[in-house]
Amino acid sequence: MSNENKLLGVASSPHVSSPIGTRSLMLDVLIALVPALCAAVYFFGPRALIATIISVVACEIFEMGYRKLLHKTQTNGDLSAAVTGVLLAFVCPVTLPYWMLIIGDFFAIVVVKQLFGGLGKNFINPALGGRAFLMLSYPVAMTTWAVPGKWSGLISAADAVTGATPLSVDFMHSGVLPEASIMDMFVGNVGGCIGEVSAVMLLAGGIYLIARGVIRPNIPVAFIATVAVLTFIFPQGGNDRVTWMLYELLGGGLFLGAFFMATDYVTSPTSPKGEIVFGIGCGLLTVFIRYFGGYPEGVSYAILIMNVCVWFIDQATKPARFGFTKEMKEKAKAAKKAAKEGAAK
Amino acid sequence: MSHKFYGGVHPAEHKEATERKPVVPLEEAPAQVVIPMSMHVGAPCKPIVAVGDEVKVGQKIGEIAGLGAPIHASVSGKVVAVEARPHPGGGKMMSVVIENDFQDTPCETIKHRDNVDALTPQEIIDIVKEAGITGMGGAGFPTHVKLSGAVGKVDAILINGAECEPYITADHRLMLERGEAVLGGVGFIMKALGLKEATIGIEGNKLDAVEHLKSLLPADSGIHIETLKTRYPQGAEKQLIQRITGREVPPGGLPADVGCTVFNVATASAIYDAVTEGKPLTHRNVTLTGGAMARPMNVNAPIGTPIEHLIKMAGGFQTQPQRLLMGGPMMGNPQYDLTAPMMKGTNCILALTDAEAAVQDTEQTCIRCGKCVNACPMHLMPLYMRMYSMKRDWDKVQEYNVMDCMECGSCNYICPARIHLVQTFRMAKFEIRGLQQKAKAKEAAKA
Repeated sequence: MSNENKLLGVASSPHVSSPIGTRSLMLDVLIALVPALCAAVYFFGPRALIATIISVVACEIFEMGYRKLLHKTQTNGDLSAAVTGVLLAFVCPVTLPYWMLIIGDFFAIVVVKQLFGGLGKNFINPALGGRAFLMLSYPVAMTTWAVPGKWSGLISAADAVTGATPLSVDFMHSGVLPEASIMDMFVGNVGGCIGEVSAVMLLAGGIYLIARGVIRPNIPVAFIATVAVLTFIFPQGGNDRVTWMLYELLGGGLFLGAFFMATDYVTSPTSPKGEIVFGIGCGLLTVFIRYFGGYPEGVSYAILIMNVCVWFIDQATKPARFGFTKEMKEKAKAAKKAAKEGAAK
Repeated sequence: MSHKFYGGVHPAEHKEATERKPVVPLEEAPAQVVIPMSMHVGAPCKPIVAVGDEVKVGQKIGEIAGLGAPIHASVSGKVVAVEARPHPGGGKMMSVVIENDFQDTPCETIKHRDNVDALTPQEIIDIVKEAGITGMGGAGFPTHVKLSGAVGKVDAILINGAECEPYITADHRLMLERGEAVLGGVGFIMKALGLKEATIGIEGNKLDAVEHLKSLLPADSGIHIETLKTRYPQGAEKQLIQRITGREVPPGGLPADVGCTVFNVATASAIYDAVTEGKPLTHRNVTLTGGAMARPMNVNAPIGTPIEHLIKMAGGFQTQPQRLLMGGPMMGNPQYDLTAPMMKGTNCILALTDAEAAVQDTEQTCIRCGKCVNACPMHLMPLYMRMYSMKRDWDKVQEYNVMDCMECGSCNYICPARIHLVQTFRMAKFEIRGLQQKAKAKEAAKA
């Protein structure tokens, strides 16, 4: 027996851990994005799939290369770079030349994520950071939209049939309803970025994530509800409230943003209250940008702006201390004040 | 009446290995028992026997020295040593070692009491004190101190049958097999405190125990049985109070501050035995389980039985365990010396295999997923507590109320990056206590 004793492990409790790790969480996110990718391939052709794959591979290579260059441990196994790759491809038009997409991947992984210390340290969502960079660098390519059902070329998309998106300056940005029906918008039979068009598929993915406990419903619900309420109260162009609200909800990247971008762990608050504040903030900014901004679509910038507020939101929304009554709170406040005055003297 | 209990986790229960196995006495009594003089919160007892003395079962061998509960022999035989021996809490502790004569001769003080209805509350508390009863759920607070401190101060008695730690079934079996003793003990607690009502909380994974106790309950007993949704750490004192009464024990406070007092079901049955039969606390139910244990079982064993003997009774190890714990996998104490004995508060000996134990692989970076914040039953933000702990910014760590942490392990369990949160907080609390003591000493020197 004494021999066996030497082999017993001793460690701090707890001695069991949940089977869910970072990698499995990221894998779940990737799985949840598959339905939207299927819709994209159906409407925009195999180029959507190729673009997504190229983006994932580029992200993984940039991550590996950067960490190798700086002699850091390799982190490709956590799949977070793959998630960034898919998401960045999803927020670009299918006609975007591959090399531009790769430049966006570089910006997302190296500049936004790794320069700040890698996973967990970046303060804005890498995919949205990459998109913002591409929007500034290649505004025309980033706003050229393929018409759904007319597949663009695999190598060069220069000959693609292009049109407007529901949220473009031609339509809702000017208060005019687009030609696409609400049903078309719901299934994704409209122009737009690769991954944002099919609300139903994104919803399926979002529900999967919530059911698996990967994300909590607070952010997406608060986000979408805020947009719904605001657009219902303030319809544009004399349109019917409900119709306008539905077009606002389904057009653009709201579902992709609410379920997959705003819920990014690293760049969202950690407490339940904070998540609701964050979701409401995203919703408010989205509507403001859509109504009053120069860009027809506001989801990505709304999330980016809220990303940089996360630290303050987390500070302001600490869960109420267990058993801390009102009297105790006042007492503690008074004591703090007294201590401050004492120190001043 | 149902209240919310915020946070918590639901680890795999693993109770199926032993939940249907009746409690059996040890197949073979231990040849020696090692009874540590500290099995409770407070000061260690003073041994009152010497080497060579003959002792009987239930004979007092350790007397209170300060806060504590007396200690009794759990087997009859000869005292062969009074010396420091390995203690399950780590290190060594003064212990009385008794060589078993296998006669189990009971002490003369163990007598059936007929007139239990005539006992006054103070008499009940005195009996509990003489029987050496301590909280049997783990912490081991002397029960008579809890009772006398609660008289007149509390309006709610809660009985803890949650048994929320995975693997353990000792209390579950106790409720099924000795339901009368549990309910009887609750009755005595009510009488001692002069209250008409008490609530037993039992988790929903033990519905048979709920049904059984309900069937035994007389109509006008005043005892309520509440089924709780299975959730760890519901059996923690503060969480049980919150769940059943909706009251929150203030930081650094005691249950009595919100008019509550909590007893374990095993403590209740020990009180019943002490009052009706005059039996001191010498035996208790222990679950012997885990993937490495050859024959998982529930036993009723004399306190002081060495762990290695218990393991032998459970058929030994079928595979080499990665870790051997006293208690459950969430808060249990890892053992490295199997000659250490089981104690009054030992509800489980758990032998975890490599696959079962969280082989603490390297910490990854925090991805700020917030799962720890949502899991913390004390409403803390573990990720920030850790961040500031790593920077050794103790003021900030205190601002995040690290001292409220009860080390239940929920955050650590749920963390996808496998960060050793509880260990970090233990260290932080240790550092902060050190600083506080230093500051106090400085104040004292000034004055």
